[in-house]
Amino acid sequence: MDTMPKWADIVLIPLINLLIAFFLSGLVIWAIGKDPFEAIRTMVAGAFGSTDGVGYTLYYTTNFIFTGLAVAVASRAALFNIGGEGQVMLGGLGLTLLLLTVDFPHWAIALPVAVITSAAFGAGWAFVPAYLAAKRGSHIVVTTIMFNFIAFSLLGYMLVSSWIKKPGGVPESLDFAETVHLPNFHDILAPLGIEFSKHAPANISFFIAVACCVLFFVVMWHTQLGTAIRQFGKSEGAAIYAGVSPVKITIIAMMISGGLAGLMAVNATMGEAERLILGFSEGAGFIGIAVALMGRNHPFGIFLAAVLFGFLYQGGSELSLWMGIPRELVIVIQALVILLTGALDNMVRMPVERLFLHFRKGAN
Amino acid sequence: MDYGLIIQILDSTLRLATPLLLACLAGMFSERAGVFDIGLEGKMLAAAFLSAAVAAATGSVWLGLLAGIAASLALALLHGVASITFRGDQLISGVAINFLAAGLTVIVGQAWFSLGGRTPPLSGEGRFSEIEWPLAGIINDIPVAGPIYADIISGHTILVYVALLAVPLSWFVLFRTRYGLRLRAVGENPGAVDTAGISVTRLRYGAVLICGLLCGLAGAYLATGLAAGFVKEMTAGRGFIALAALIFAKWRPWHALGACLLFGFLDASAPFLENKDVLGVTIVPQFIQALPYMLTVFILAGFIGRADPPRAGGAAYVKER
Repeated sequence: MDTMPKWADIVLIPLINLLIAFFLSGLVIWAIGKDPFEAIRTMVAGAFGSTDGVGYTLYYTTNFIFTGLAVAVASRAALFNIGGEGQVMLGGLGLTLLLLTVDFPHWAIALPVAVITSAAFGAGWAFVPAYLAAKRGSHIVVTTIMFNFIAFSLLGYMLVSSWIKKPGGVPESLDFAETVHLPNFHDILAPLGIEFSKHAPANISFFIAVACCVLFFVVMWHTQLGTAIRQFGKSEGAAIYAGVSPVKITIIAMMISGGLAGLMAVNATMGEAERLILGFSEGAGFIGIAVALMGRNHPFGIFLAAVLFGFLYQGGSELSLWMGIPRELVIVIQALVILLTGALDNMVRMPVERLFLHFRKGAN
Repeated sequence: MDYGLIIQILDSTLRLATPLLLACLAGMFSERAGVFDIGLEGKMLAAAFLSAAVAAATGSVWLGLLAGIAASLALALLHGVASITFRGDQLISGVAINFLAAGLTVIVGQAWFSLGGRTPPLSGEGRFSEIEWPLAGIINDIPVAGPIYADIISGHTILVYVALLAVPLSWFVLFRTRYGLRLRAVGENPGAVDTAGISVTRLRYGAVLICGLLCGLAGAYLATGLAAGFVKEMTAGRGFIALAALIFAKWRPWHALGACLLFGFLDASAPFLENKDVLGVTIVPQFIQALPYMLTVFILAGFIGRADPPRAGGAAYVKER
């Protein structure tokens, strides 16, 4: 018998974790002599108070859905993909090579090709660590960390010394053509008569991210592949007994993971910057870890957690603008969420379980 | 390449290898005891910040060093609580610690000094000064051998020598003492250690705290020995290079020295190798940057011998009831 009802596991525990994280962050704000309640008001107003704010919030949300789903696929197979950052970078590189070599007459033609290319590059970057883990027993966490650094160097080289570089001192690629400009929320909502900020970066990629959530759900719970991935994650021995090949599942799960991470480039590189910028991933690959943990590796949970982190990122930049609290506050909140939901989970879980047991005994 | 340049590169090799070596040995104690630590970076960063902040405020580098060690120990303790007491995921705890340090150092730094996450520049007593070995000035005049003594061996800050001494010391503790035997055993087979009536928890906490101490030294050296003050993100991936060196060394102290000197050498010689032609290929700076990571992947792939981590690493120990 489970000691806790399911809702407590899915809703209550993450909520308590989040509250503790917010409380501790509030203490940090208070300790540096600022007002935590004013900080919350500033963040909410900045993230949701205008269509401009909402546009930024949803832009970040889109990034975090991709990286959150990426971490979750691997987690379902009991693999920790900490290499999202590098896979995002490679997705951006692939996308840029595509858009700078092929002339697309219209964004609608470019988009599907761009989606496939960036996913393929991200998946390719995940393939090597996955292969080494499956075939040669290398520790996947360490290899994916190393691949993050290698990806950064590779991107640095491409943006400083190769033909895709923009003339001048900045590590950026040439601008993409006007024709592949993706419609943003303003372009999408204007025909419906809804006013939306022209400058906010949220764009059509948001819907691709939502579609990925749905696809994640369908594949994970309604296909043989998903079943095999989850089986493998729950018990490697049992999965092998059931005829699942560990090598195959490790490689496939990691490549799907890398592909999803790579897709983030469609939002950030093609949708927003419209050129490749060194460091464009802004740590989103790591935020994916927090998002997946918070969302319990479920697409709906990940969607909500991504909105939460989108709010934190947009609200956080408002904080530095209006209250002089550095943006790094968001990194602290992110760290606390990862710590509480990931590593200190038992600290919250054990007392709550005891509480439920107590009530059960009382009921009998 | 002339002789003076070689001496200069070897001199900075030693300086740049020091934080790697301290962090690498730190990771060795933790991982040998079965607690994976990818939070070396965060602990170093926290130590670098607090040592520079306290050294700037008090003017004493020794107080700074103590504060840096305290910061690193606090994070090590957090890692211990999460991964030993609450049996949480050691890797996730490490990731969280890295972010916690990256965020807090900037926020607190900005609140204290308002310099955009920097600490005020350190000078005089606020930094570790270089120790001149006896007769360095005279011996320097001896051709060839003189500069080796005067520039490479002599003239470093105390933490460089501490790091070098930590290698034989770590070797002795790990492989020649009872404590070391138990510590290694707890990383290979904690059940056996428990059966022998020795506390797994206490041994692992001990190892994690030694790791914190060494990371504290590494961080303090970065901010008060190698540089003169703290800047945002100043560890710049050194914690991960140290991790790479640890794998490269296959969790052995003397090999760790070799690996750290190699990676330090790569770092030190990078400015002289960049954009030079070697065998008809131009060396790009990014290649040298990425080399330690690529070598580590090769090692992990088992192409250059196998690198097997301590067997019980990564898993929390659950006592049988």
